[in-house]
Order: sequence, then structure tokens, then C-alpha cells
Amino acid sequence: MALELVILQLFNGISLFTILLLMSIGLAIVFGLMGVINMAHGELMALGAYVTYLTATLFERALPSLMDVYIFVAVLFAFLATFAFGYALERGFIRWFYNRPLDTLLATWGLSLVLQQTYRSIFGAQEVSVPLASWLTGAWQVSEGIELPLNRLFIVGLTVLVCLAVYGLLYRTRWGLSVRAVMQNRAMSGAAGINTNRIDALTFALGSGLAGIAGSVFTMIGSTNPGTGQLYIVDSFIVVVFGGVASLVGTALSAFGIAQSQTTLEYLMSGSMAKVSILLLVILVLYLRPNGLFSARVRA
Amino acid sequence: MSRLTRRNFVKAGGALAGTAAVGAIPKAAFAQQTVKLGLLHSLSGTIALAEASLVDAEKLAIEEINAAGGVMGHQIVPVIEDGASENPVFAEKARKLLQRDKVAAIIGCYTSASRKAVLPALNQAKGLLYYPTYYEGQEQDKHVIYPSQEATQSVIAAIEWMAREKGKSFFLVGSDYIYPRTCNKIAKPTIARLGGKVLGEEYAPLGHTEFSSIITKIRAAKPDCIYSTVVGGSNVAFYKQLKAAGLDGEKQVLLSTVVSENEIDGIGKDNAVGYYACMGYFQSLKNPVNERFIKAFHAKFGADRVIGDPMQCAYNSVYLWKAAVEKAGSFDVDKVIAASAGLEIDAPEGKIRVHDKNHHVWKKVRVGRARADGQFDIVWESPSLIEPNPFPNL
Repeated sequence: MALELVILQLFNGISLFTILLLMSIGLAIVFGLMGVINMAHGELMALGAYVTYLTATLFERALPSLMDVYIFVAVLFAFLATFAFGYALERGFIRWFYNRPLDTLLATWGLSLVLQQTYRSIFGAQEVSVPLASWLTGAWQVSEGIELPLNRLFIVGLTVLVCLAVYGLLYRTRWGLSVRAVMQNRAMSGAAGINTNRIDALTFALGSGLAGIAGSVFTMIGSTNPGTGQLYIVDSFIVVVFGGVASLVGTALSAFGIAQSQTTLEYLMSGSMAKVSILLLVILVLYLRPNGLFSARVRA
Repeated sequence: MSRLTRRNFVKAGGALAGTAAVGAIPKAAFAQQTVKLGLLHSLSGTIALAEASLVDAEKLAIEEINAAGGVMGHQIVPVIEDGASENPVFAEKARKLLQRDKVAAIIGCYTSASRKAVLPALNQAKGLLYYPTYYEGQEQDKHVIYPSQEATQSVIAAIEWMAREKGKSFFLVGSDYIYPRTCNKIAKPTIARLGGKVLGEEYAPLGHTEFSSIITKIRAAKPDCIYSTVVGGSNVAFYKQLKAAGLDGEKQVLLSTVVSENEIDGIGKDNAVGYYACMGYFQSLKNPVNERFIKAFHAKFGADRVIGDPMQCAYNSVYLWKAAVEKAGSFDVDKVIAASAGLEIDAPEGKIRVHDKNHHVWKKVRVGRARADGQFDIVWESPSLIEPNPFPNL
């Protein structure tokens, strides 16, 4: 019995880890690499969630026989929609705020309010219900007493794929090299012939698209309403800051640390106290290491 | 004699026309007196989720009353204000409704925090508020009527029903704020009185979406019944994750005092099937008043809309106010409040009666089990009206 509980709790920790990672990887790129404090990042997740809802509705009406695989299409649509929205956002809005962090903070906060009310006007204030494909509803019975929910296994798998893709894109392609170059030294990259405006726009769009994927996947475990984004934004920022801004590996390790300690603490004490303890831990670490757990060493 | 200029001609003509017009509309306009009723709910912001639909039910009641001749010959004019999910805005709008619009009464608020924010304005302007939401009790304001169930009415009935029908070991789960904590404070002595056991009591922060640890604890404790007071978006996450963990409505008894048909809409019908709720009203109630109410609501707002307990209480609020005004023979707030004591109306949920002293209502409560279509099968109904007791000995 005790062993089963430990295994279940470990799995809960891993599941939460992938959820936090998926949630914060987009932000790690936008905030970590680009230095843009995007308070509307949560609303981009909500956009992904609503696109998923629309896709599900579309499949229900037009292709009910394919309902089982709609989630794959929905994740793709969510990515494309938020990618496009992010691109437009960077070109039309964010780029006027580079190097003005306080203004960015206020402007994107305003944007997040506008987006929330837009969702409310379009989709209504009520939560929308996103159906779950039937093959994702059950649990995998490993042994008596250990049941692993399939939708969480799916999220674990998808997160691994997304991380590999992001890693490949940033560290194994020429485009990724340009991104990293621009983020390290904009003027020099420009001098070397890189179109820094284009890189900015695409990087921001990529971060947004990842938020869309996260939002799409979270419809499986959480609620979808106009305020959904607000639930995730704080946790995302904590993960990114704790891990050390500008370090993707740091984000991953920080998500892992926070997830495992949160599930363990939640098991040992009440949910609210667990949250308090996690925040205290974060404060303590940031006090000792102001740049986060893993700060990249760069010449500024 | 002044010359007949164009200006004078127009003046004279206008005066003549004016007199004629006044003469022509003698009765219709003046006999049709009006009275203003404030509707104060969040139409934007996070709480709009649960609260915005209350306004629809209130508008329907007003329309029906107006069509039937109004209140003492006065047509009701609704003044709708948006509390925007922010308590200071609620206070400000309440003040505006009372002082500037001079409304005869306000029907409004959803969260207890917004109600508390409105109280000073009510007391200052000697206003009257109908608060149409189930809540934790612990309040009895001179200027407020509470037409929904306070915590003891639903919690004690729910626990007694579960202990009788489903088993005596309980696991209590709630969001971390006053309503769940008060409900559980009422639940625990009730469970003890019935010879039951509390195997666990867990609170998740408001808005929490990760219930895996709590679910592991529930698995380990193996309770006969879960009593849930998880609210809002957390509920969606909680039900989805319980189901994914294999603790669905077939295998596990779970009863909530905060999930009505409206919440099921967002939780997803598949995720809620088989779980129980304890409410004063369910849409599936069979009686002529309810059937008429549902038909009128669907005709006005569309047949796909569901009606939950708070919406019905919002609807009742307008009728309670009308009945009190007619009994008092006056719109005066003090007289209306005095006339409210002991007042009885036939609501969609059946007969309800305002308590002689404490401003809450005597009402029946029911336990329903969620069906696949998002409605509830009523499995139990209290045999008689239950007395409201906002200040239980805890």
C-alpha cells in the first residue's frame, strides 16, 4: 500500500512537472531569451484552449467519426493560431516596447484584460466544456492500486516531443543559431547580417505558439473560461524566474524541482500550506541566488 | 400688435401643439407609473462566469410581472449595473443605484465578499437587497433578504442523506475560503452525531487546478462518501481528474453543495455523470410553476440554456419583493421589510416562506444525481420545509 502511494505520488510529480514545463517553456523563450515581460502570456494559452474547443465543436458537427483523433488536429491548430497571433502581436505591439520593461508590463497587462473580455464577449462568461477523446478517458492499470490516468501520460509524451522539437530548433538549426546570437548581442548580430527584426518576430511567435499548445492540452485536466490564463501565468513566471532567466535547461530543472516538492508537500500538508512553502522556498533560493538556479553566463 | 414674424408663428404653433399633445395623452402615460428595481451583478470579470446568468432570470421575472399589470399598478423598470467582479465597484454601484436612481430595491451580488461590500451603502441609504445565492450564513442584516439556502439547510440534509444511504465514512474536500470551511464546520459535528467518521479534510487554494495529491489521499483513505465544496474552475479540474483516476460517479459517491446545472455545463456532462448535488432547486423538478418558468425562460433566452439554483432564486427574489410590496401596500423599504416576515410564495422550487425573524427562507432541499444530459435525477427531497438557521452553534 505504502509503496503504491509513493509510486502514485512520484507519477503525480512527473505529471505536474510536464504540465509546468509545457506551461513555462513558451514563457522561457519570450521572457527568458527575449526579455519581454508578457503578462498576456496566459491569455495566449486561453486562446489555444478556445481554438481546441472550436476544433472539437467543428469535429463534432462535421466529422463525428474522427472525434478520437481531433486532439492532434486541435493541438496543431492551437499552435498555428497562437503562432500567427503572436507574430502579429510582436509586429504591431510588442516591438514598440523593447527596452522599456515597465511600459511592457503595463501594456501587456492591459492587453491581457482586453483579451479576457474579448473571450467573454465571444464565448460567454461560462466555462466551455471541451470533450475528451474516448481513448484518453481511462486509466492504465499498472497493478492493483496503481492507476495512471491516460490523459496525463499523453501530456507527458507530448511535453517530451515539444521539448525535443524546441531543443532541435534552437540548438540544431541555423535559425536557432541566429536566435541565440540575436538574444546575446543584438547589435553585433545585426552587423553580421542577421535580420534581427525578423528573428524577434519569429521568436516571439514561437513562444506564443508553445503557449497555445499548452493551453490546448490543459483543456484535458482543467477548465476553459475567459480567466483561465490567469491561473497559469503566475506559476509560469515562478518556474522561469526560479530556473534562471535565459536558461532553458534551468526552466526544465526548476519545473521538475517545483513539481516534485509541490506534490510531496501537498501530500504531507494542506494544499494552501504547500503553496506557501513552495513560495517560501523560491524566495529563499532567489535570496541566495538572485539570478535563479541556473543563470547563463553571458557578457552583457 | 406684434407683427406676425416667422419666429412668433413658430412659437405660437409650438405652444398650441404642446397643449394639444398634453390634452391628447391624458391617462395612458400617467396611469402607467413606474418603479425602478436595481439589478447588480458581475457582467464582466472572473465572477461573471457564474453570475451573469442571474440577470436573465431577473429580467424574465420583471417582464412577467409587467405583462400582468406590474406591482400595484407600477411597471417595473430594471436598472442594470455591472459589478465587474470587483467588490469596490459593487459598493459604488450600489450607492449609485440607491442615491441617484432611487431604486425601490436591489437584487444583486453573488459572492459573499461583494455582498459585504454593499452593506454599508445599504445601511446608509436605507436600501433593500435581495441576495439570491446560497452562502455560508453567519449574517442577518436588517436591509437584506436571503432567498437562497444558507449552509445549514443544505449541508446537514446532505450529510444525513449520505450517512443514511451511502455510508458513514467521509472525506471533505473544499476550496480554501469561508464557504467550504464553514460548511465543513457544520458537516463535522453532524457526521459525529450520526456515528460517522471523517477520514480526511483537504482544502485547495482558490483556482487550483492540480488535484492529483488530494486524489491520492482520497484513494488511500477509501471513504464511503466525498463531500465537496470545491468551487469555480477548480471544480472542473477536480471532476475531470477524479474521473481520469478511475473514481467516477459509478464507483465513488461524491456530493457537492455548490454544483448546479450551470456548473455542469462547464465541467462537462461526461465528467459529472453519477455524482450528487444538494440544492434547493433542480431544473428537473416536476410542478406546474417550474414548468411554466422553464418554458418562459427557454422562449426568451433559447432552449439550450440550463437553469441552476441561483438563477431560480434570482427569479424568486423579484416575486418575493413584489409580494412584500403588495402586502405592505407601499414601496417604503421599512414597510416592505416588515411585510416580508412570514411571506409565502409558490416558486418553481415549490412553496417557500420568509422566516418571521431572520430574513432567510424556509425551503425544501433536494439531492440530485447528475445524468448524462447534464440534468439531475432527484433522488431525495426533504419531507417538509427546513428552517433557516444562519447562526448555528458550532
